[in-house]
Amino acid sequence: MPTALPTRLLATALLLAAAGPALAATAYVSNEKDNTLSVIDLERMEVTGTLEVGMRPRGLALSHDNKLLYICASDSDRVQVLDLASGKIVKELPSGADPEQFALHPNNKWLYISNEDDALVTVVDVDSEEVLAQIDVGVEPEGMAVSPDGKWAVNTSETTNMLHWIDTTTHQLVDNTLIDQRPRHVEFSKDGSQLWASAEIGGTVTVVDVASRQVLKKLNFQIKGIHPDKVQPVGIRLTSDGKYAFVALGPANHVAVVDAKTYEVLDYLLVGRRVWHMAFSPDERLLLTTNGVSGDVSVIDVEKLKVSKSIKVGRYPWGVVVKP
Amino acid sequence: MSTPESAFGAASRLGPGAYWECLRGIVVREWLRFVQQRSRFLSALVRPLLWLLVFAAGFRAALGIAIIEPYDTYITYETYIVPGLACMILLFNGMQGSLSMVYDREMGSMRVLLTSPLPRGFLLCGKLLATALISLLQVYAFLAIAWFYGVQPPVAGLLAALPALLLVALLLSALGLLLSNGIRQLENFAGVMNFVIFPLFFLSSALYPLWKMREASEWLYWICALNPFSHAVELVRFALYERLNGLALAVCLGLTLVFAVLAVLSFNPQHAALRRAA
Repeated sequence: MPTALPTRLLATALLLAAAGPALAATAYVSNEKDNTLSVIDLERMEVTGTLEVGMRPRGLALSHDNKLLYICASDSDRVQVLDLASGKIVKELPSGADPEQFALHPNNKWLYISNEDDALVTVVDVDSEEVLAQIDVGVEPEGMAVSPDGKWAVNTSETTNMLHWIDTTTHQLVDNTLIDQRPRHVEFSKDGSQLWASAEIGGTVTVVDVASRQVLKKLNFQIKGIHPDKVQPVGIRLTSDGKYAFVALGPANHVAVVDAKTYEVLDYLLVGRRVWHMAFSPDERLLLTTNGVSGDVSVIDVEKLKVSKSIKVGRYPWGVVVKP
Repeated sequence: MSTPESAFGAASRLGPGAYWECLRGIVVREWLRFVQQRSRFLSALVRPLLWLLVFAAGFRAALGIAIIEPYDTYITYETYIVPGLACMILLFNGMQGSLSMVYDREMGSMRVLLTSPLPRGFLLCGKLLATALISLLQVYAFLAIAWFYGVQPPVAGLLAALPALLLVALLLSALGLLLSNGIRQLENFAGVMNFVIFPLFFLSSALYPLWKMREASEWLYWICALNPFSHAVELVRFALYERLNGLALAVCLGLTLVFAVLAVLSFNPQHAALRRAA
């Protein structure tokens, strides 16, 4: 079989190594079915280690000093805190039941956690390990984001189809925005003026003006040769220069590239199966996607808007963060 | 007409300049023929383009389910079949080259070429090389169109593919020449097209990866895996992505040598004359 015994040219190997951006960043990927995190060296573009964590790890977030990694261990009903220097779990935070996604306040202290089974958002102080507040939101809360100025925490509820606006000074729910069916993820623009929210069943992404909390634009996606039912937007990432938005389209196996100014869909990039969440490298030259069903992470070259590589990780990769 | 011995004797007295002049003559003649037959150029392009733009479009999402070497990530079906279609151009041209060889022999122009004092092996290899070079132009024209259609291998890969494509072109031309030696007249050639081109192309990794073939049936997989054309396609596929498939290279090099030697040894310009005499 000609493909079975490929011999690589030394020159080719060197070329490939040189083609990868020279950055010493590390990506952490949560493998939902393996109860592990895969560690990817982004310079070598390969998995360099696997860390055992709690049951069903999903959402991941880095502390603002990049020293700690917060892990939603959903079936262990807690948020674990991993010290990245030692690779050890140093703390377990009371998260409420079934934590799925969370967001860290710019003060680096308050963690806003969505509790999928209890229709709650739990606010935990990561230093004192105290629960500061529990806020009632819609049914099946999932997506979570805190505005760059720290004023708003926004949660999405998958069954109520709403964005819930929580005032972080009072920890009160102050407003709701109805969007399309099954909102999964929310993301603030770098300047905090816009909020992008994906609707998995609705197949749309809604852009909301943060000041007025009114819908600015609704984006639709159509991929040649793929049934519209399979287009299920989940993860969203916005470049900090305000140029692009990337939307992971779930079982459509593509990531949509959107012009963040004109809201025009520029391209669809083929990645692995059932793509959900994404993370940029620190210089934003690479975007990593977690492909749950195919069990790998695809690497998108943001400058060229091309998928350059897919790296095998554990079973059902879910969340991803990149540490500089 | 000179016998091989006397031709060799004469050739040994000729300098490298004579060889060069002769080779240039053969290549220029092939080039002129190519330029004058625009329809041949177009048909050589239309065939793979139909496969790419029509056939592959329907299977666009069919392959995005596994990563296979030499690709680093998921690819569309269009991307998969481009190396196979490039080799398809070489396959048709190699066979067409031998068709023109039969024609030349029938019409006697081959006999004019063979009156050259240079060794017959050199003349035939020159002819193979000329056919191969013309084929490469067509392949790169096809790759350029595919590029604009969105199938974009790395630029360095397009360069790395040049020697691979040349070797495959020589392999298939040598095979064509060998076959043409067994053909007594022009009319028989249609049969060869059906019994050689189609099995070589369809029973290879040009249209489907071998693991897909294996899902269908084990024996089909083995036929495809042993088909020399599969090795030709894989050599080009790997080269386009800046990798070397050592096994495919060995198979292609070995078979090119074997076919070329057999073709030169079995070449008999008397075929047409004998038939006429009979």
